[in-house]
Amino acid sequence: MAATATALDPRSGAALEKLGRWLDNRTVLSVLFMFPAASILLVFLTYPLALGVWMGFTDVKIGRPGIFIGLENYISLFNDGVFLLSVFNTIVYTVVATIFKFGLGLWLALLLNHTIPFKAYVRAFVLLPYIIPTVLSAIAFWWIYDAQFSIISWGLSQFGLIDRYIDFLGVPWNARWSVIAANVWRGIPFVAICLLAGLQTISPSLYEAAALDGANSWQRFRHVTVPMLMPILAVVLTFSVLFTFTDFQLIYAITRGGPLNATHLMATLAFQRAIPGGQLGEGAAIATAMIPFLVGATIFSYYGLQRRKWQQGSQDD
Amino acid sequence: MASVDVRKVFKRFGSVEVVHGIDVTIEEGSFVVLLGPSGCGKSTLLRMIAGLEEITSGEIAIGGKVVNNVPPKDRDIAMVFQNYALYPHMKVYDNMAFGLKLRGAEKATIDQKVRQAATILNLTEYLDRFPRQLSGGQRQRVAMGRAIVRDPQVFLFDEPLSNLDAKLRVQMRTEIRELHQRLKSTSVYVTHDQIEAMTMADKIVVMRDGHIEQSGAPLEVYDRPNNLFVAGFIGSPAMNLVEGTVKRANGATQVVTADGVSLPAGANAVAAEGSKVIYGIRPDHIALANGGASLDVEVAVVEPTGAETLVVGKLGKTDIQAAFRERHAFKPGQRVPMTPMLDKVHLFDAGSGRRLG
Ligand SMILES: Nc1ncnc2c1ncn2[C@@H]1O[C@H](COP(=O)(O)OP(=O)(O)OP(=O)(O)O)[C@@H](O)[C@H]1O
Ligand SMILES: [Mg+2]
Repeated sequence: MAATATALDPRSGAALEKLGRWLDNRTVLSVLFMFPAASILLVFLTYPLALGVWMGFTDVKIGRPGIFIGLENYISLFNDGVFLLSVFNTIVYTVVATIFKFGLGLWLALLLNHTIPFKAYVRAFVLLPYIIPTVLSAIAFWWIYDAQFSIISWGLSQFGLIDRYIDFLGVPWNARWSVIAANVWRGIPFVAICLLAGLQTISPSLYEAAALDGANSWQRFRHVTVPMLMPILAVVLTFSVLFTFTDFQLIYAITRGGPLNATHLMATLAFQRAIPGGQLGEGAAIATAMIPFLVGATIFSYYGLQRRKWQQGSQDD
Repeated sequence: MASVDVRKVFKRFGSVEVVHGIDVTIEEGSFVVLLGPSGCGKSTLLRMIAGLEEITSGEIAIGGKVVNNVPPKDRDIAMVFQNYALYPHMKVYDNMAFGLKLRGAEKATIDQKVRQAATILNLTEYLDRFPRQLSGGQRQRVAMGRAIVRDPQVFLFDEPLSNLDAKLRVQMRTEIRELHQRLKSTSVYVTHDQIEAMTMADKIVVMRDGHIEQSGAPLEVYDRPNNLFVAGFIGSPAMNLVEGTVKRANGATQVVTADGVSLPAGANAVAAEGSKVIYGIRPDHIALANGGASLDVEVAVVEPTGAETLVVGKLGKTDIQAAFRERHAFKPGQRVPMTPMLDKVHLFDAGSGRRLG
């Protein structure tokens, strides 16, 4: 009925037409369409993030509302040896683990890209470390690194390579290498599978053309595989850096930051100070201090994600 | 420049044999076209010559030297792929220069050769572009350029024109042919387009199911197809093929079809009386009859192409096509008397499909 009424009334017809034209406007439409997603992001992402940043500027403790204290948390953190150590640890952890994950992951991807028997099974098998819940694998590593029951120490001593069991988690650098190894083990599948996907998009005829052009296998890798893999490599690298930099579970389950805070990452330290320690404000400040690093990684990804010049243009081939 | 000899070459993928003992010689400086329907093993043969596919048994020699165990890069050949396989991350210049760079040529030499090739192929203004920024035809030329800068012994082409539109295909066909006349390089060209084969080749090798059906100069293959397959495959519109029995009466040979139509076969037909044969006549070898014995063709469809008039009709129960250089305004249903040119009639044995005479 309403439709007939409006159709009869010329003035409301004009208004409708105006509304229609307004709805056809691209800007209006895009704002409208973005609204649901944007509000979800606002509620579930921006609010907690903003709250966290805000808490970093207060002295809020568990059970006691705080007051605004400006940069006091940050100033004290800058003179806090444990915090500085955790920054150092995080950077070492991220850089070393990323190098190994990418080195080994790329190597694995190249192997898997060959024609091998039982391809599908091997690929599924490779994903295993990634599928197992982190905590479960952390417990396994904890056991592997145990001072008395370590299978590695046992194996080495059986071969007569060591005469005393290695104290994996009791000595700072041993502990750092141990958690890095665990992180690498867990991270390789993600890298390998992503890079494998990238490798499979490279047309075999490019390799054939290169072979006819006189390229040996290293030159084919260097001049075909690497440049073609670069776009996906940049993206996977960024994600991997983000995940590693913010890693919490593995560390917390294996070492809890010990020994002597040698494996405390910024994330574990933030949690340690905020929840068990009750210093919510300080914990929030530590977490906030990670943001510049993460933004840096994201900017890197932005430029990596940007289509390279050679990718622009038509897609029809 | 070199000749290519393929001797008794077999190829198996796992347990499936796809090339069954091919023997072919590609003379130095000639342009040979491998022609055949999809899946007949043309690409496989070409890739074996290139060294991209292993040879199961037999021998391939380039310039008299057996290359079975020589890797592709040392065979001194260049290949143009169907999808061009240009390096997407390299500019046109670098795409062409890549092979020379890898072979350690000097910068000045590379530059001179690339620019020379670019001039030949009209690519000079595109040297600074990426492959994505080129049209199909331009990409095709870059692929050619990449092949010619290396000045190889043998050029291999795998359906290089199949991604282009009809007009460009005709144009590139001529360009490739011209390029060959200029460079005089031994070329092996794969296609399933018989017009391409006819127009470009010095020698056509017709393949089917991993065998060679016939090889020879294009017109020779056109004029004297060895068997039914070649007769039906070469020529467009395709040859009319009608089954019948040979009858001789007062010195003339005729082929009588199942529904009683008598097709004149000329005096020099060598088929035995009463034998079953396939009677072949190309559409352009059918003329309008002016008096005398004729075949009554009932017109079904008339297709004027401008250059000629194609008439599709029925002769008794068999479909028949005739092509005339003149324009005729036949009506569907009309009966038109036609006559085959007797010296252009082909007879094939109905059992083996082989050419008679
Ligand atoms: N890698 C392979 N593994 C198994 N069979 C293959 C392989 N490559 C080709 N074949 C088979 O070999 C036969 C010949 O293939 P080929 O590619 O040489 O055909 P072609 O004549 O080039 O056809 P087209 O005109 O379609 O390119 C086909 O039946 C194909 O299925
Ligand atoms: Mg092919």
